[in-house]
Amino acid sequence: MRFDLLIGALVFCAVAAVPFLMPWASVMITLALGVGLAVLGVVVLLRAGQISFGHGLYYAAGAYTVAFLVQARLGLDILLLLPLAAIVAAAIAFVFGFFAVRYRDIFFAMINLAVSMVAFSLLEKLYHITGGGDGLNVARPTLAGFRMGRVDFEFWMFYATLALVTVVALMVARYLASPLGKGLEAIKSNETRLEYLGVSSNRMLHIAYALSAALAGLGGGVIAIVTGHVAPEFAYWVRSGEFVFIAILGGAGNVVGAFVGSIVYEIIRNYAAAFAASYWQTMLGFSLIAIIMFAPDGLTQLRFGKKNEARAKEPAKKSTSENGITGKAVQEGTR
Amino acid sequence: MSFSVLLLATLDGLSYGAQIFLVAVGLSLIFGVLRIVNVAHGSFYAIGAYVAATFGMWIAAAGFSPWLSYPAMLLAAVGVGVVVGGVLEVTLLRRIYGKEQVLQLLITFAAFMILEDVQKAVWGVTPYFVNTPLSLLGTVSVMGINYSVYQLAVLPLVAVVVLIGLRFVLRYTRVGRIVTAVTEDREASMAMGVDSSKVYLFTFIAGASLAAFGGALASGSTSLVPGMGAGMIILSFAVAATAGLGQIEGAAVAALMIGLGRSIAVYLAPEFDVVMPYLIMFIVLLFKPQGLFSTIQTRKV
Repeated sequence: MRFDLLIGALVFCAVAAVPFLMPWASVMITLALGVGLAVLGVVVLLRAGQISFGHGLYYAAGAYTVAFLVQARLGLDILLLLPLAAIVAAAIAFVFGFFAVRYRDIFFAMINLAVSMVAFSLLEKLYHITGGGDGLNVARPTLAGFRMGRVDFEFWMFYATLALVTVVALMVARYLASPLGKGLEAIKSNETRLEYLGVSSNRMLHIAYALSAALAGLGGGVIAIVTGHVAPEFAYWVRSGEFVFIAILGGAGNVVGAFVGSIVYEIIRNYAAAFAASYWQTMLGFSLIAIIMFAPDGLTQLRFGKKNEARAKEPAKKSTSENGITGKAVQEGTR
Repeated sequence: MSFSVLLLATLDGLSYGAQIFLVAVGLSLIFGVLRIVNVAHGSFYAIGAYVAATFGMWIAAAGFSPWLSYPAMLLAAVGVGVVVGGVLEVTLLRRIYGKEQVLQLLITFAAFMILEDVQKAVWGVTPYFVNTPLSLLGTVSVMGINYSVYQLAVLPLVAVVVLIGLRFVLRYTRVGRIVTAVTEDREASMAMGVDSSKVYLFTFIAGASLAAFGGALASGSTSLVPGMGAGMIILSFAVAATAGLGQIEGAAVAALMIGLGRSIAVYLAPEFDVVMPYLIMFIVLLFKPQGLFSTIQTRKV
């Protein structure tokens, strides 16, 4: 924890210096931080060993919430819009969660994918409400009561986002270290045992699901405000796949990984897009395979398959299997 | 809702259900044997469709009989199954059997992303429409409604043949027995001398070919656009999940339910036609969390 905090502080300082050292990059980093919030949502679920291929739904929910509220001309401030985006996303996840958290693994991933694709096509088809495939424009709202020009807005929005991200990251780290968060790891390693301890794993996952959706909604809200535009693609599977990809890239081991991952990803994408825009997904696919095949150590949290089997052989040695050492020998061949 | 609309919806649902059955049964077959949900399955469907359409255009360009486009569909399906499916199994999937499900999902998802780009690179992003098979057979009048013979007869017939064929092979032939044995207990079957990795490979190729065949058949009546693979994978997953993963006969029933549900929605509330399949899935899964035809499984502590 202490070490993670140090890394987090270093990243924070590095990012905070961006507007002064590389002012041209500050919008890009703001966007990366916004996406990082959604990735953090995916990371929370990864803690429980669950993958959602549909977090684009909650991301879009947050973004469209902001777009609708701004279009309604209520004069709401960003400081109010963002929490509302998170609340709406969390509310949808809470309701859908009654269904989704009953499932694990494949079903969980695919049901999330299905519901996000439904949302995507509804966003596209309900033209009179959502603006259809063109999406909606989001006029620049006030930030803490100030109406700003583009340059000022970008500058202050950068720091507002950074502050938001820092607070949220600390809160999520606290959550993951709490019994509720530790329970997620238990869901991953052995759910049945958790149930024998008298804990409802479904309820635990339900809370995590709503929380992760809130994070995704918050991220979507930030993106909607910074780019000034929302589109149905926010809910498309490609976007959800990107979140999962970044989560794996950054490593699900700590909360900082999500943001470092998304900043790296955003930078690479900005330059790669110039060279090979049409092969972007191919590159993502190959790097995903490469990470999984050749650098599984980077996937700090995805190694529980080995843990499981190690634990089945030596149920008593909990602490050693945490490091993933014992698992290696038994991993091959058994199924 | 008038009778003619209902009839039209039913016919649409039948042909649509037949198409998704082919894809979903492939997914289900692969899951039943390999215990992997292949996210790249939708790509087989899309690639099968594109290859069949390309063959169709070659046939037309070379001046051969347009009837050749039917065997060309079969050829396209098997070709895609062997080449794309075979390569995927040997290079990627073989390394991840028995690993964590999340990893398997991610690997096939990565393959899916790559194959999506491959389609765009090879066939571009402009829609394809090769309706030779459709126009060859003409239309027939069903109680006052003109309906194409291709969608009315060919698609459902093929689906029924595939269903009966699969059932027969799995129940009554030596190959089928071997596949069933590997499904039940891989280690025990290996001890009996079954080469299970060969069974895995052939099952995967068969499943991939089925998906590609579904795509090839679809290419006869629908226009091919990028992204059709993504839609199909979740739709066929919805069918397979509604039936219970690994259930072959169940997939037929579920495909029919979802096909009919969707086509009725198309006529009643067109905005919501995409929602319908998932609505059916959610309702079924609410009451039978493992699918309609699932058997009870023991949970390991």
